[in-house]
Formats: sequence, C-alpha cells, structure tokens
Amino acid sequence: MNNLPLKELLYKMADDQLIIGHRNSEWTGFGPLLEEDIAFSSMAQDKIGHSLALYTILHELGESDPDTVAFTRNANQFHNSIFTELPNQEYDFSLVRHFLYDTAEALRFELLTNSTCEPLAQVARKVRGELRYHTLHAKTWVKQLGSATEESVSRLQKSLEQAMPYALGMFEESPYEKEIIAAGIFEGEKKLKELWMAKVEETITQTSLRLPDWKIVQPIIGGRIGKHTEHLQPLLDEMSEVFRIDPGAEW
Amino acid sequence: MITTTPSVKQIYEWLEDVKDPEIPVLSLVDLGVISNVEIDGDKVSIELTPTFAGCPAMEYMKNEVIEKLKSKGIPKVEATISFRVPWSSEFISEKGKKALKQYGFAPPPSNKLFTELEILENAICPRCDGTNTEMKSPFGPTLCRSLYYCHDCKEAFEQFKPL
Repeated sequence: MNNLPLKELLYKMADDQLIIGHRNSEWTGFGPLLEEDIAFSSMAQDKIGHSLALYTILHELGESDPDTVAFTRNANQFHNSIFTELPNQEYDFSLVRHFLYDTAEALRFELLTNSTCEPLAQVARKVRGELRYHTLHAKTWVKQLGSATEESVSRLQKSLEQAMPYALGMFEESPYEKEIIAAGIFEGEKKLKELWMAKVEETITQTSLRLPDWKIVQPIIGGRIGKHTEHLQPLLDEMSEVFRIDPGAEW
Repeated sequence: MITTTPSVKQIYEWLEDVKDPEIPVLSLVDLGVISNVEIDGDKVSIELTPTFAGCPAMEYMKNEVIEKLKSKGIPKVEATISFRVPWSSEFISEKGKKALKQYGFAPPPSNKLFTELEILENAICPRCDGTNTEMKSPFGPTLCRSLYYCHDCKEAFEQFKPL
C-alpha cells in the first residue's frame, strides 16, 4: 500500500488537534473562572503536543518538519474539520464543542491503540491516558450546567443545536476509507461515529438537555478536503505570526 | 576521558543528578522517564519517554542528559524522545514518591484504580495526611499536576496526576 491513505489520516488528526488546541488557548486569560482558564490552557498544551507527535510521524514519512507544516500552510491546505475552527463564542459554545469534539477524539485514539501503523499506535497508547482528563472535564461541566438553572440549560441547548451539524462533519469520510480499514490502520469514520453517538447520548441523557434527531441533522463537511470557513485563515495568521517574522526564533 | 566503558548501572547513577526542571527534587530516573539505556563501544544512547506528550520540559531534559553524560567523559551521547514505552505514573519510584510528598505534592495513587471519576476525588493531603480533600480542578500549573483542597488543614495542594 502506498502512504497516501495513512498520510491523509495523520494530517486530519494532527490538524484537528492543532486547530482545536489553538482555539482552547484563546481562553487563556479569559476563562469564566481561574480553574477553567487553566483547564482550557492545559488542554491546549496537551492537544498541540499531540499534533506535534502526529506531525513527527508525517515527517518520518517524508513530509516537511513539524514547524514548517504547522506554520506555513494556507487554510485550503489544512484538513481539520470545520467544527474545530469555529470561533470560541461564549463559554457555553466552547464547552459544548469541547464535549462533542473530545468525546470523538478520545474514541479515535482508543481505536488507534490497535493500529497496524506502530508509530501511530504508540502515540495513541500515550495520548489516551491524557484524554481521560479532557473528557472527564467536559462531562463534569456538561452534567452540572446541563441540569442547573434555566439559563444554563437553555444556553447549552442552543449551543448543542448550533454545534451538531458541524460535529457530525468530524466524521466526513476519507477517499481512502476502504484502504485504511483493509490495512488495519483505523476502523473508519462510520464505526467511530456510531461509538461517538452512543457516548454522547450516555452523558446527555443524564441532563435536562435534548439531543437533536440524528436522522435530520445535515452534517457540514468539507474541512477534510481543505474547504474551510472564513474563520480559519485569520486563526492561522495569528498562530504563525512569530514564525513568519522570525522562522528561527526560540522561545 | 574515561578509559573503561561505564556500566548501565553507572549511567543510571549519573542520571540521578539530572532533575525535573519543574520539580527539582525529583530525578529523571525516579520520575521514570528514562525508558532505555544502551551502550555500544564509546557511544551511549538514552531513550526518554515523555510524561505528557505536550510537556515543554522534554527538550530541556534531553539536553541535560546529554550534558551530564558528556561531563562524565562519554564521547558520544545520543538522546531521543520516544513513545515506545508510554509513560505511566506507576513508573515513579518509591524514592520519587517520597520526594514529591516532601516537596508538598501528593504522589499519584495507583493508576489501576483510575477508571473515570472516582480516584480523582480522593487524594491524601501531603501536609497533614488528611483524607477529607476535594478536587478543585484536574488541571494545574503544569500538565502533570491537578489542584486539590484539604478540608482538614484548610490548605490547597497539588497532586501529581495518575496516568
């Protein structure tokens, strides 16, 4: 098998982690509580660390070095799901996205612990323990605020409805889906989506929130093939500002 | 210049001097991040496994390892960071756990108990050994520490996370 299917998988995962990591870092200094400020900042650091580990595998497969890959591509060369690039908005939206995204991310890495791609399996075995803290954090707050006051419930409900089409876009299938499954690299987006829906339901049913009907939500896709919203390029410009001014800078 | 090849045991003893930059009482050996030591003639290869994938101290630790061994007269030192052996808080030695407690951090409980929520809810206060404690946040000042409050001695403390 050629490397394209594997590279496609690695790029979309690494880009997801980098972009959501950057969005998380935007809460630094702005969190509604000091603990939440620290939590989103820590998760940002973890996720950017995960993206580095994945870009490093890509580098070993012949791609450019991680900094070049992270900081010099344009929006249409990124493979992250559109969900990750949406602005943070208010805390309720960020929390709902954190819950929906991290649930999928944790399951994806869990599946990959058995990957036939050994470097990827090694990263997955490492990352899965870290992600328990992320999903624990997300679930704790969704359960608490999803059953607290009328305002907290209605805010989360509104965000949940806004987020869902984008969240389903995370599972946009790769053109190499068959190859990747046949090679035992990854069990595929369909399988991941099923597991994810069950996990999401498990938490949401413990709250006063209502899940939209899966059958009528239209996924918003395109991110995996480089079709992004107007929100991604400004994020990349900000993220790569120092690198573009001084590529050799150390900090 | 050394004339005889050092043993693996000797290398580990030297690496006892290299400390975690964020917890300077804890050596890299006690932290459990040295996942392999190989000696091949006059070349020594050290493999480090990161505590957390995003730990910003890894590059620093790697360079400290190289400097330490070079200062002991080893001409060729190679240090790599690898996920081959995923780090676990179980790798922290008994000596390391004691050092953490003396430094004011609750050592990590066994990660075998760590399923979803439960284990994070009870940590033993490193100051008064009180058990009436409460987790304030799973995230703390560094990736490997979480925040707790002790209702017995009314002090905040940090726990080294089980992983």
